[in-house]
Amino acid sequence: MLAALIIVFREVFEAGLIIGIVLAVTRVVAGRGWWVSGGALAGALGACLVALFIGQLSEAFEGVGQELFNAAILGVAVVMLGWHNIWMARHGRELAAEMRATGEAVASGSKSLLALAIVVGVAVLREGFEVVLFLYGVATQEGGANSGILLGGLIGLVLGGAVCVLTYFGLARIPNRQLFAVTSVMIALLAAGMASQAIAFLAQANTVTALDHVVWDTSGLLSEKSILGRALHTLIGYTAQPTQMQLLVYVATLAIIFVLMRVFAPPPAAARQRAVAAE
Amino acid sequence: MLKQLSVSFVIGFAACLVGANAASAQDTALQLTVQNGRFEPAELQAPANKAISITIKNNDAKSVEFESVSLRVEKVIAAKGQGTVRIRALSPGRYEFMDDFNQKNRGTLVVQ
Repeated sequence: MLAALIIVFREVFEAGLIIGIVLAVTRVVAGRGWWVSGGALAGALGACLVALFIGQLSEAFEGVGQELFNAAILGVAVVMLGWHNIWMARHGRELAAEMRATGEAVASGSKSLLALAIVVGVAVLREGFEVVLFLYGVATQEGGANSGILLGGLIGLVLGGAVCVLTYFGLARIPNRQLFAVTSVMIALLAAGMASQAIAFLAQANTVTALDHVVWDTSGLLSEKSILGRALHTLIGYTAQPTQMQLLVYVATLAIIFVLMRVFAPPPAAARQRAVAAE
Repeated sequence: MLKQLSVSFVIGFAACLVGANAASAQDTALQLTVQNGRFEPAELQAPANKAISITIKNNDAKSVEFESVSLRVEKVIAAKGQGTVRIRALSPGRYEFMDDFNQKNRGTLVVQ
């Protein structure tokens, strides 16, 4: 039972972190609970679907269907996270002004909520299909130890939820006026980490093989498989043995998001006018 | 507008890449079977500096997650299913792999 608990917990840990961050990022937006739950539900259903068709998926594209699928959905999440940051850069000031004026949850964030709901869905889907396959295999196995293993798996899921809650309350201490700034940085790092992970899958699929020399090996210092290693892997994209291409894409993602945020941010005078008009 | 552009870019990029993939005929092809929760053979041999492709057949009723940190691969093989993992050319050494869903099941790829 303990083994099942650990296996499931490790898989849902990453999704729990991401959902906690998204909930914290959107805490000032009205109705965000619905969007996040919707995203998680869609992700869970998607996970069941993928688990059902895992054979066909793995054999697609000359045997690398699974790797390409992982890379593709990570790519979608990267784009959604980047889009959220750029949207916030454009509208953050007027949202903050509206919040200060009304003192209530802001209603105008729904476009950004869709993007984040997709990110939540992708996170749940990525880890979810592995959990579904694992639990399904255990449940259909002959032998008497099944209920103990399923219980362990369930507890693992609940602990993943606990990670989500802890992350949310950890971030809840950020005062509202700094929320946009701090979460923009967290989201950019999340996106860069996912982009780097997508490159690893593309390399595994033999689709991207340039610059695949491993730059450093810190697995002796901090293993990617330890709890801290996994947390850093999700939060900042820590990889114990990154390739040149992974580092390049990581930095490029951060740079692109940063540049686009500056490009789309409204000029100061216009923002002040809009803030005044919103009151 | 930005969203549509970005999504199209990602899809287009992915579509272009798919065409570029091909398992080369010069790969070292290895076979691995998962039977009763064990890798058979537990030790694989391969020559150095040549790309390797491992075809994993899962004869068990439980899915398996073939994973190796040193080989940088992670792939789920469904119950009674099969999957292929392609690994870049390696320098000589011993590379460990395991079943992430059943960590007692481990194996080694010996490259020389």
